[in-house]
Amino acid sequence: MGVKTYNPNEQLPYITTRREAVLAWGRKNSLWPMPFGTACCAIEFMGVVSSVFDISRFGAELVRFSPRQSDLLIVAGTITYKMAPILKQIYDQMSEPKWVISMGVCASSGGFYNNYCTMQGIDHIIPVDVYIAGCPPRPEAILDAVMKIQEKIENPKTKPPAQFKVKEPKFDY
Amino acid sequence: MDNQSLLEHIKTKHLSEIIDAYEEYQYLNVIIKPEFIRNIISYLRDDPNLKFEMLVDLVSIDYSKYPEKKLGRFGLVYHMKSLTHNHRVAIRVFLPEENPEIDSIHDLYKNANWLEREAWDQMGIRFRNHPNLKRILNHKDFVGHPLRKDYPIDRRQWLSEPDDLMDEMEKRLKEKGIILRRG
Ligand code: SF4
Repeated sequence: MGVKTYNPNEQLPYITTRREAVLAWGRKNSLWPMPFGTACCAIEFMGVVSSVFDISRFGAELVRFSPRQSDLLIVAGTITYKMAPILKQIYDQMSEPKWVISMGVCASSGGFYNNYCTMQGIDHIIPVDVYIAGCPPRPEAILDAVMKIQEKIENPKTKPPAQFKVKEPKFDY
Repeated sequence: MDNQSLLEHIKTKHLSEIIDAYEEYQYLNVIIKPEFIRNIISYLRDDPNLKFEMLVDLVSIDYSKYPEKKLGRFGLVYHMKSLTHNHRVAIRVFLPEENPEIDSIHDLYKNANWLEREAWDQMGIRFRNHPNLKRILNHKDFVGHPLRKDYPIDRRQWLSEPDDLMDEMEKRLKEKGIILRRG
């Protein structure tokens, strides 16, 4: 055993980078989604996980039903006011860092349910990173949203896309 | 049994309790006085010639904005079906605007328990002697009855606590002989 002298002409067995970049790269390619599915959109999400569209190509294969183990919340379906506190609790239980996709018009804006029981967009109670339009959205749109989230993870400095700010809902008790 | 003989059969025993009867879309409707609901329903269920074993649905209606004048603001419709004889009937009652109340039939038909709770939750009709008359579709803190015509359909209410269903669970467990210890 001898002391190996440093020879710059040899190929080096290591690379240099920033620690944040490695972390972001790992996070980006190993998202663990937690589907919060309450309606038809959740069925559409199953299509995304299936072999046809195959979300695992993006590293987001491990669909977890435990908020403590997941970092990407996908809200798929109609959220009612009765369900809202539960959704909030699940979001709070997820560990940082975490991201949220609002899938479909129901979760994003209440959709066509303009009535007494449906929440007019989950951004009233939790922050949303990416909204997906459509009723139901195409699976490609969901993959696109996952890619948007990945971009966001990779460049944490870039500002999130401008979210539309909704007025505080008016409640009369 | 056709509708005519069905009606005759009900009339023989309960003539004084019937307000009106008519046929609509080949479906017999019998309007009765609300205080006799248990009488009639249990008769329909137990009489060997009728044998309405099934309570298909229990529907509540708010007639306050209906063009025709009705006997009361609220209507309740009991849809009954006989599996043995394959005939059907709808029993209708009308309830007043103030304090709409009627006897529960949860002990005659098991599914009436939930159907009555739904009618209470959405329409505000109270059922006497119901074992667990609390909201079923809406949150426990919800104020008002949303299917009433005077409830603004887009009035939303802020509900901040998850609803605990343990009271029902404990009851079910106790029925099955399991006693839950907490804490
Ligand atoms: S957006 Fe459309 S498909 Fe999705 S939950 Fe709502 S109604 Fe269903």
